[in-house]
Amino acid sequence: MKTFVTAALVSVLAAGAAFAGSHSVRLGTEGAYPPFNFVNDSGEVDGFEREVGDRLCELAGLECTWVTNDWDSIIPNLVSGNYDVIIAGMSITDERDEVIDFTQDYFPPDPSSYMAMADAGGPGETVTAQTNTIQAAYLAAQDGVTLVEFATPDETVAAVKSGEADSVLADKAYLAPFVDESNGELAFVGDDVMIGGGVGLGIRESDTELKEKLDAAIAEMKADGSLNALIAKWFDGRSGY
Amino acid sequence: MTAGLTAGLMSIDLMTTGLSTSGLLTNRYWFKVLFEYCADPDSLSSLSWLSCYLTTVKHQSLYWSILTVLILLAVTAPMAVGLGLAGALARRSPFGAVRGLGWGYTSMVRGIPDLIFFLFVPLAIDQMLEYIRHRVLCPQETGPVWVGHDFVVCDAAKLPLGPSPEWVHDIYGFMLAVLAFSIVFGAFCANVIHGAMNAVPRAQLETARAYGLSPRQVMFRIHLPQTWIYALPGLSNVWMILIKATPLLFLMGVEDIVYWAKELGGSKSARFSDFPHGDWRIYYFSGLLVFYLLFTWFSQIGLKRLTDRVSRGQATLAGGKGGLGR
Repeated sequence: MKTFVTAALVSVLAAGAAFAGSHSVRLGTEGAYPPFNFVNDSGEVDGFEREVGDRLCELAGLECTWVTNDWDSIIPNLVSGNYDVIIAGMSITDERDEVIDFTQDYFPPDPSSYMAMADAGGPGETVTAQTNTIQAAYLAAQDGVTLVEFATPDETVAAVKSGEADSVLADKAYLAPFVDESNGELAFVGDDVMIGGGVGLGIRESDTELKEKLDAAIAEMKADGSLNALIAKWFDGRSGY
Repeated sequence: MTAGLTAGLMSIDLMTTGLSTSGLLTNRYWFKVLFEYCADPDSLSSLSWLSCYLTTVKHQSLYWSILTVLILLAVTAPMAVGLGLAGALARRSPFGAVRGLGWGYTSMVRGIPDLIFFLFVPLAIDQMLEYIRHRVLCPQETGPVWVGHDFVVCDAAKLPLGPSPEWVHDIYGFMLAVLAFSIVFGAFCANVIHGAMNAVPRAQLETARAYGLSPRQVMFRIHLPQTWIYALPGLSNVWMILIKATPLLFLMGVEDIVYWAKELGGSKSARFSDFPHGDWRIYYFSGLLVFYLLFTWFSQIGLKRLTDRVSRGQATLAGGKGGLGR
């Protein structure tokens, strides 16, 4: 028993040392989902998740680098080891949880909303959503709704403006800036739907150590209020946890 | 003049450091020193606004991606022709096994959709290399490499190594893409070259043999030089298709021009960019249209000249235009 404990201790220390010394953590994001994440004019990842991610790495004592990857292949590229963490406004769902693990949420469950031209009156029959999102899955299961999917969130909004789709279903936090800045041209229509269970970091199922570290760091940010401050900063003063 | 040049160089220096060490958020413009008025874009007239807009670091990524595409073509084309030649020669080999290999390569790649191959090849090569490195470099880890959905190798086996700078990751990904393109387009070249070799008149080869040339000499002095005349139309087709296939680069994680056009053209809100604008994808895509059209057009001119050149003096209709007809 004693040797076992010593061995466990030594291996943990060795692993920790290796982690601190050589292992840098690569954070994968989409870079096209403001305010969560986007590529700014300097060509760098910016947004709510940039600040959260950098702070989490600081708290967990990790050296982090940012990588962009398109949304469609963001999970496959995580499991094949191209990066170590998905931090891309990804809602925690059972379906995804079968393939990857999630940390606790760092952004509370957000209602999904329909956005349409202001004179539309309702969501309409042709509704667009980004591919492989909870909204696309939700729409696909609805009767009498034609789902039009696009690879990037920006294209879904463009489809509504061009009249290709009657409305777009997406996270309210993503759509809100478009409504605010449209001078009354765009509006939320219909009822909000609650799908998804908050936004969490996606981690490989085999990477339990990294998951624990980041989980602890998120808990710390929640406890000291810094997470709420960032949510308020990037999402128009909305309340967090 | 010298001052301007130094300033220019300085800005390029700033730019590269800004890219390599993330966090230099203040370094916002490419030619920061050249265009000092860019500090406050809201106050600018449309023309100078545009000059600042087109020189943001983000736009610079677009210009880089043009270079990426050109480099890809420059590296892939000779590699594909080389692989094609090897494939074609393999198919004429006296050894059954080599013939089978050549035949298998061309039929397999030609029979499988490009898209699947582009998704499969880089992933397979990457995992194969990492698997080998894992077994060699981390013999102490005997656990399985595939854990559930995950592909897990030790840190030392990662390609490129986790802490490597981003450009190493970029170049590695680019090389995998080049390999995938070369393998796919090599198979098409192999078929073209194989057909062209069969088109060389038999009488030529028999005459050469009758003059006492060895089979090897016949191949390299008589057969292959004439092959190119018959292969060129087919190869120029493959080249055109290769140019048009470059947007597939983004599938392999390489950010190409189409990706950046889409990204830069998408609407930008004033909250997240100093250069807000609506949906400008139509302009960016029009630009791409012109780029690709010009590129294929100039290629056509170049290939025409090349064809004329290799046809000169040949006993073909095209060759007649030059010397024999007069």
